[in-house]
Amino acid sequence: MKLIVEKRSSRASDLSILFVSLFSVLVALIILGLIILSLKKNPIEAYIELVSWPFGTVAGVVQTLIAMMPLLFTSLGLLIAFKMKLWNIGAEGQFYMGAFAATWGALFVFDHISNPWLMVPLLMILGMGSGAGWAAISGLMRAYLGVNEILSTLMLNYIAIHWVDYLVYGPWKGAQSHNFPITATFPKAAILPQYGANGLNLGIFFALITSIFVYYLLKWTRLGYEIEIAGDNIRAAEYSGINVKRTIVIVMAISGAISGLGGMMEMSGVLFRLQPNFSPGYGYTAIIIAWLARLNPFIAIIVSFFFGGLLVGTQQIQLFLQIPFSLINVFQGLVLFALLSGEIFLRYRIKVVRT
Amino acid sequence: MKSKLTLLIILISLIGFMIFAAPLKIGFIFVGPINDNGWTQAHYEGGVVALKKAFGDKVKITYIESVPEGAPSLNVLNSLAARGYKLIYATSFGYMNQVVQASKKYPNVIFEMCSGYELGPNLGEYFGRMYEPRYLSGLIAGAMTKAGKIGYVAAYPTPEVVRGINAFTLGVRAVNPHATVHVVWTFTWFNPPVEKDAALSLINSGCDVLAQHQDSPAAVEAAQNRGIYAIGYDSANMGKFGPDAYLTAPIWDWSAFYVPNVKSVLDGTWKSESYWKGMESGIVKLAPMSDLVPTTVKRLVKAMEKEIVTGKFHVFEGPIYDQNGELRVPAGKVMSDDELLSMQWFVDGVVGRIPKK
Repeated sequence: MKLIVEKRSSRASDLSILFVSLFSVLVALIILGLIILSLKKNPIEAYIELVSWPFGTVAGVVQTLIAMMPLLFTSLGLLIAFKMKLWNIGAEGQFYMGAFAATWGALFVFDHISNPWLMVPLLMILGMGSGAGWAAISGLMRAYLGVNEILSTLMLNYIAIHWVDYLVYGPWKGAQSHNFPITATFPKAAILPQYGANGLNLGIFFALITSIFVYYLLKWTRLGYEIEIAGDNIRAAEYSGINVKRTIVIVMAISGAISGLGGMMEMSGVLFRLQPNFSPGYGYTAIIIAWLARLNPFIAIIVSFFFGGLLVGTQQIQLFLQIPFSLINVFQGLVLFALLSGEIFLRYRIKVVRT
Repeated sequence: MKSKLTLLIILISLIGFMIFAAPLKIGFIFVGPINDNGWTQAHYEGGVVALKKAFGDKVKITYIESVPEGAPSLNVLNSLAARGYKLIYATSFGYMNQVVQASKKYPNVIFEMCSGYELGPNLGEYFGRMYEPRYLSGLIAGAMTKAGKIGYVAAYPTPEVVRGINAFTLGVRAVNPHATVHVVWTFTWFNPPVEKDAALSLINSGCDVLAQHQDSPAAVEAAQNRGIYAIGYDSANMGKFGPDAYLTAPIWDWSAFYVPNVKSVLDGTWKSESYWKGMESGIVKLAPMSDLVPTTVKRLVKAMEKEIVTGKFHVFEGPIYDQNGELRVPAGKVMSDDELLSMQWFVDGVVGRIPKK
């Protein structure tokens, strides 16, 4: 008797994907429980802390939504590019550039506009435009010079982050901020409508609308069709008359525009002023989210909601059970590891063969 | 009837007793891990550990490590306030924006913000005059350098860091008028590999003493490996990472602030203020000098320390010239707190640039 690992011939069904994902999370939770038990603390309490605040209280759910918003925007941006097998890993930089452009608009260009109905759309255009331009650089280099977009998007991230650093440490330092690296606060007109005291803002609804837009784009437009063909086989796309180079640039630009819009929403909806390190790596987490969502814009909503809740919930177990941060890191790693290793069971099957 | 009334009174007083006897719930938000041998560890030991020791059952303390600056900190602030935490310490400048938001939302919670500048009815600020012990460490560096070149690994060009570099350089120049202090920016508070690279580049360019405004002991370690001297920062623990290099370190003792501050909250006498004290309060110190420092230098440092503590000597007293040789502070004049808090120019003797407007 021996075990054989063989590739599955058919694609995994949606149900089995869901089942494997849930099972993976469960495994990670059980391991987390064992670790907590080894600290002589009650794992049940930890599970309750992990879910009760982020999913069970108004303030907590709002916080989860706030944490989810930048993740959703950036993962939506990425999945369009990934659909075409364009490995844009520059969502972080595009997010930064969107935030940069929004700050520029709110504080320096449109600062005399006091009507939010005019200001907010202008900032959205700026944010999208700057994210699009940033990503289009990589798109152009890929299409016409053959430069690997993985490298160029990654490197542009660092440039964007340093660009923002330069501005907040230099010319954009707020007049009232005593030379601290932080810009002035946005004028009222540049701030998105806020609902309730917990910080719920219009940005999250824009994020949801964006996922509908992305779905529509991929499913019902000519561009979506071209993306699908080119993603399957770039040669075939060329033979069928698709201008692949042009499509690469357009897709990268749209991808960057959505991440840039996310940066703008984070500024106008949550932070209201630019400061260094304002993103704890949303654009990188988004890569994982886009993959786990199987590049589906609606599933991306669920996955980023889950990741937002995970972020908020793990803060709770640190705060109220005093679990050290390093273990939280281990747990977040475990969730990912379990989810990714679950993939193996979807792609391969293990067979017992009699010899 | 009477018995019912008595019962009611007992009940009310019991509830009252429970409310008043309930411990004060205190939350700390840390920017790094509590065992970083630097900034966060100093806050942990001077805050969480010292408060538990000083107040025992009268306080209930929780803390959270490595909270990113920006939006994620808002959740921490909100959930602490919503769970009945009445006193919250945010220990990094990057949280200021969120602390201001949370302080408006929870007027009954006291927020204390380290190294920021915004005040509110329930929001105070606290910090220490680290430039005083930095000046003393500069005296030592100036006395120990043979090459006349001292390296300074610096995090970000914030006024606090600039002030520290200036005070250090004034100390160096007081004993060694021709020595120069070479600054490298790392643009990170805590990133050991980056800090180490910066330290090595300074050593390679000929510096034979290193100082730092970083929260990890990487520079001390680099100095140890390359056989030169180093001055640490934050906590005396840094000495462990370079026994043959470590001279001393300007360090924090946050308990000098936290213990009286919590006491004032317990007594009901707390009021919002901008706390900014120096060596006389004990919040900043020079760590014990190692055996590598000659006795004569030790004596000089001790003498200057006394002058500072008694207020006879002020580090930023003129004449002070900037890098371009321009007289910034005339003789006999002392820089005001406002000028110090927004300092954005280097004194003569510093080699390096502040990213300009």
